[in-house]
Amino acid sequence: MTINTLSQDGVQRQQMPCLTKMERMIISMQDPDMGIKLRNQRLLITVIPHAMTGLDIVEWLIKKCSISDEEALHVGQLFVKYGYIYPLKEPRNLILKADDSSYRFQTPYYWMSTRWPASELDYAIYLAKKNIRKQGELIEYEKECYNALHKRINHTWDFVVMQAREQLRASKQRRKGDRIVLECQEQAYWLVNRPPVSPEHYKLTTLTKNTIIEHNRISLARNRVKSSICLESYVKYCEQYQPHDPIMQGCLPSNPWITDDIMFWNMNSETVALPTKLRVERWSFSFMELLNDQMGRKEFLTYLEKEFSAENLCFWQACEDVRHGETAKIPEKVDEVYKQFLAPGASRWVNIDSKTMEKTLEGLKRPHRFVLDDAQMHIYFLMKKDSYPRYLKSELYKNLLARAIVPQETKKSVFPFMRRQRHSSPSPALATQTAEDDGKAKYSNSNSGTASRL
Amino acid sequence: MAAQPSDTLATLKTESETLKTKLEEERAKLHDVELHQVAEKTEALGQFVMKTRRTLKGHGNKVLCLDWCKDKRRIVSSSQDGKVIVWDAFTTNKEHAVTMPCTWVMACAYAPSGCAVACGGLDNKCSVYPLSLDKNENLAAKKKSVAMHTNYLSACCFTNSDMQILTSSGDGTCALWDVESGQMLQSFHGHAADVLCLDLAPSETGNTFVSGGCDKKSCVWDMRTGQCVQSFETHESDINSVRYYPSGDAFASGSDDATCRLYDLRADREVAIYSKESIIFGASSVDFSLSGRLLFGGYNDYTINVWDVLKGTRVSILFGHENRVSTLRVSPDGTAFCSGSWDHTLRIWA
Repeated sequence: MTINTLSQDGVQRQQMPCLTKMERMIISMQDPDMGIKLRNQRLLITVIPHAMTGLDIVEWLIKKCSISDEEALHVGQLFVKYGYIYPLKEPRNLILKADDSSYRFQTPYYWMSTRWPASELDYAIYLAKKNIRKQGELIEYEKECYNALHKRINHTWDFVVMQAREQLRASKQRRKGDRIVLECQEQAYWLVNRPPVSPEHYKLTTLTKNTIIEHNRISLARNRVKSSICLESYVKYCEQYQPHDPIMQGCLPSNPWITDDIMFWNMNSETVALPTKLRVERWSFSFMELLNDQMGRKEFLTYLEKEFSAENLCFWQACEDVRHGETAKIPEKVDEVYKQFLAPGASRWVNIDSKTMEKTLEGLKRPHRFVLDDAQMHIYFLMKKDSYPRYLKSELYKNLLARAIVPQETKKSVFPFMRRQRHSSPSPALATQTAEDDGKAKYSNSNSGTASRL
Repeated sequence: MAAQPSDTLATLKTESETLKTKLEEERAKLHDVELHQVAEKTEALGQFVMKTRRTLKGHGNKVLCLDWCKDKRRIVSSSQDGKVIVWDAFTTNKEHAVTMPCTWVMACAYAPSGCAVACGGLDNKCSVYPLSLDKNENLAAKKKSVAMHTNYLSACCFTNSDMQILTSSGDGTCALWDVESGQMLQSFHGHAADVLCLDLAPSETGNTFVSGGCDKKSCVWDMRTGQCVQSFETHESDINSVRYYPSGDAFASGSDDATCRLYDLRADREVAIYSKESIIFGASSVDFSLSGRLLFGGYNDYTINVWDVLKGTRVSILFGHENRVSTLRVSPDGTAFCSGSWDHTLRIWA
């Protein structure tokens, strides 16, 4: 949805696609066989033809779309709001009532899609007609609009008044029933559409056909995977993560938003002494899950230290810092990385294959944000394929999993109407105070700009 | 051989059309099963009860955008009257408020560190405000202008750190910016109309993002090269929102055509449509639950529809807002989701 009204080739864009959908439904509502049964309705002393009750509309919607009462009332309400159906008894109240209140279909002449935006001139004529017919019949906002229009299009005011008189004269010659129907339709139209401010038009630049062709050619050559394999993976993923999805399966001890008890957050914080079982299990789902959890990352580092390959994780973290850090600091950061991890005889030398090492060293001559990407990728996959699976089989991990907590479900309060005190928590923004004093605080070894420790 | 201009355009048009048809054929070749068929063996979801647990009142006009803080309880929201508010949604307290010099602040984002927020809209810019707890400090004084577009800012988001911001704009482009220097690191051209939304991929290599626009297209971009690596054009109207499936292998989009659709990146095609006859109005924003089983959609008819992603059915419809739902995000730990609306409020549902 945008304010631009023209498409790239200068053609008027289709505005509000919901209107087409509404109109399709309105048309099927008026189908002589499958639509709503229309009858004559009595309005004071006049008989209005082709009317229906609010209940008719709601029941038809329930049957047609297989939805509940509440939803059918809601959908029907939209038809009234957008002027496709109008109420007869209280025309100013654009509400659908699921009872015997009378409603009529608006004539297509007045549909939003055919007569949108509503023109100022038409509105002026309508208000003038009302004013002439009965002095003081205009209500407050109509009076304001009338005066504003009188000022704005003063130069055509004679035309407005002449048109208004002409239309009034013509309507007097109609049968009373027809006249009332036409007045209802017109009134309903204006209740929905007070003329809006005309939108500005924006010209868009066109995209050359050549780029599209090139893009399509590349797409044709792409390797695709069979749907069955891709879709199966979603089923597996959803199944695996379902116990971890609080909205699907709840969370222990309880969902803080429901019980006002923040135990769940406290038990899963970064500095907790003993993690929960679900949390530790999640580290085994994928290498990314392990690295994304600060605690998991620390545990993994401890394991790697035992294996004398901790430099791999440190190198990876340093590369992340280069990739996501300030542009101005890139050259100095890359230099640090070279000295610590890549230079011959470096204190924490990482084992990269010769081809990648050669390419990286060449790139270091002109350091840029992505210069360490290949080396980082190599080390990442090394850890993923080798160290990570071994970590999951290690005593360190198994031990932690065995000791991990399964929280008790919060017992429901004895007094269910007593609300727990909602305590505030320290704002992460406190870190700005400390970070300003110590410029390195944001980029410690184990963070890449994620939530700083308070 | 010199060609006539009219011939060239006509031949190009036919070539473009033929390629497009061929592409659809190629995509269809490997489509051997539908998602709901694969999901037949999955257990159906039971009765679904979600209620409004908090209502955040304080905006004086339409709420246009919201984002969660990584601490799982704070939220930043922006509105039509130019106000950007940071809330502790748990206590419903307002912690910071910034008044932007423009109206229609359509985009806002929380920095990963929780120490700053970014926002922008009709001013065509994206600005970063560091959050200070000093009550006397005027947040607007420390504002940093980062992005500059030639039309309105529709969406913004920080990448993995506080130092880079990704933006999308009504000028039809997306761009990656360095926050400290305000320098544009990469720009992304390919949409033929306003770009309305974007989302970063949660992949291991963290190098791609997806955008959706008024040209009915969604595009996947390589952040390093600026190239569009994949695009999809099956929606019938503007795409208002895009969001990755948690595994990063797919993304969902919500559109003015009243449908939400799921696109698989490896199969390179649309794999599911979430629609219902009684849903007539456009979807303004979508997000997945933590496991990816549920898709929440905020719609322009004031409701929120909850979809079973695997089976393709609608699980629940949530009423409560009194005007359009304009923005919707699930919290970082999946315990709740927040919806913002033109009725001036935000609601937390769980």
